[in-house]
Amino acid sequence: MSWTWFHKLASPPHAYRILGSLAPWFGWASLALILLATWWGLVKAPADYQQGDGFRILYVHAPSAWMSMFTYVVMAVAAGVGLVWRIKLAHAAAAACAPIGASFTFLALATGSIWGKPMWGTWWVWDARLTSELLLLFLYLGYMALRASFDDPQRADRASAVLALVGVINVPIIHYSVNWWSTLHQPASVTKFDKPSIDLAMLIPLFLMIIGFQLYFGWAVSRRLRGEILRRERNANWLKEAA
Amino acid sequence: MTAVRTPTLAAAKLVFQRDMTLAWRRWDEVAQPLIFYVVVTTMFPLATTPDLSALREIGGGVVWVAALLASLLALEALFRADVEDGTTEQWVLSGQPLGYLLLAKVAAHWVLTGLPLVIMSPIVGTGLGLPTSAWGVLMASLLLGTGTLSILGGIGAALTVGVRRGSVLLSLLVLPLAMPLLIFGSRAVSMQMDGDSPAGPLQLLAAIFFMALSLGPIAMSAAIRISVEN
Repeated sequence: MSWTWFHKLASPPHAYRILGSLAPWFGWASLALILLATWWGLVKAPADYQQGDGFRILYVHAPSAWMSMFTYVVMAVAAGVGLVWRIKLAHAAAAACAPIGASFTFLALATGSIWGKPMWGTWWVWDARLTSELLLLFLYLGYMALRASFDDPQRADRASAVLALVGVINVPIIHYSVNWWSTLHQPASVTKFDKPSIDLAMLIPLFLMIIGFQLYFGWAVSRRLRGEILRRERNANWLKEAA
Repeated sequence: MTAVRTPTLAAAKLVFQRDMTLAWRRWDEVAQPLIFYVVVTTMFPLATTPDLSALREIGGGVVWVAALLASLLALEALFRADVEDGTTEQWVLSGQPLGYLLLAKVAAHWVLTGLPLVIMSPIVGTGLGLPTSAWGVLMASLLLGTGTLSILGGIGAALTVGVRRGSVLLSLLVLPLAMPLLIFGSRAVSMQMDGDSPAGPLQLLAAIFFMALSLGPIAMSAAIRISVEN
């Protein structure tokens, strides 16, 4: 079996073309799924016996929290691939991931805070998951700040890749330390979110929403990566021919 | 022809001694983070309450935050002079494992900034109402914590060495990574004061320290190569 098709993926003109044809599929599929899941979650799913209709923000909160971590891992893997095999396109992909991940993290924090107001009676609780999400946002911001502070794009790529890898090793440590800190600091009654078995009627729209968010991520990364390729290859010949 | 290479340990020792000598000649720069440490801890009683029993509640945390900030302050210049005058470039070319040389440099930095903070901490802690019984745990936790912090900060300093306004960026990069240290360190102190055994958080601090010690030099040398090669 020939692997040339695989190696071609790392060449900017091919990637640019393939991403261009993939993006609409991701885009329309995610739009359809998110609309379906929104209707299912807001209208069809039953209200929670404890939280009433307030729980429905879960359908934005949980997928964005999931995506915030997923994006960080994707970013770190892309950065690692770029660092080890010196593939410029992988660095470009990591660069494209960062703002998307930071937005997901911010969305998770904002929805969590809005959810917290009626449920806990306060906008912010030093809850373990909220705190580690906040630290994740700081990691994203640090990554983007480091990337932005270099004039030379290749140095920016490699320096931020090292940071992404150091960060991804630290994410579990941060997560568990914050968990442990929080359980010692506050009584468990505050974070009484034990849903031993979430009802299937509530779970299906959640799954649909997560898949929709994943597809949205695919769409957003494709678009951003195309922009990133254009910016990096602005003097290349293939672009002049294509234009 | 085979070139005779200095043994790595001897080379690392040379790097360490050189930094100590340089610091000895500019001891006022070494003292600055220490003064900063004391000044920051003075601010807390002024800003909150002079009541020692109330300060005791937050004392361990305040000492830890102040130590974290003070050691960050000194990190910014860690590699700058050596990169600018080409010393680091010679290290890269020397054929020695770069990670060990950088680790020796970080060790010198720790002896000059981390260790004084640890030694000073009982005095500062007493000012915040920490009982004598907590001194041992406070110093042990800071000993492990500042060691890890020097390595983490070394990675950050290596990444930001060629960057404009590197000091703010360095804090932004290193502080989120240092949060677990802060959590475990101040927990150990308050557990000791509550009469619990602080062994758990101290062991976790030690585990993080050894992980940083083993993986840190790899990240540091990768970062320095990026900063030097271009």
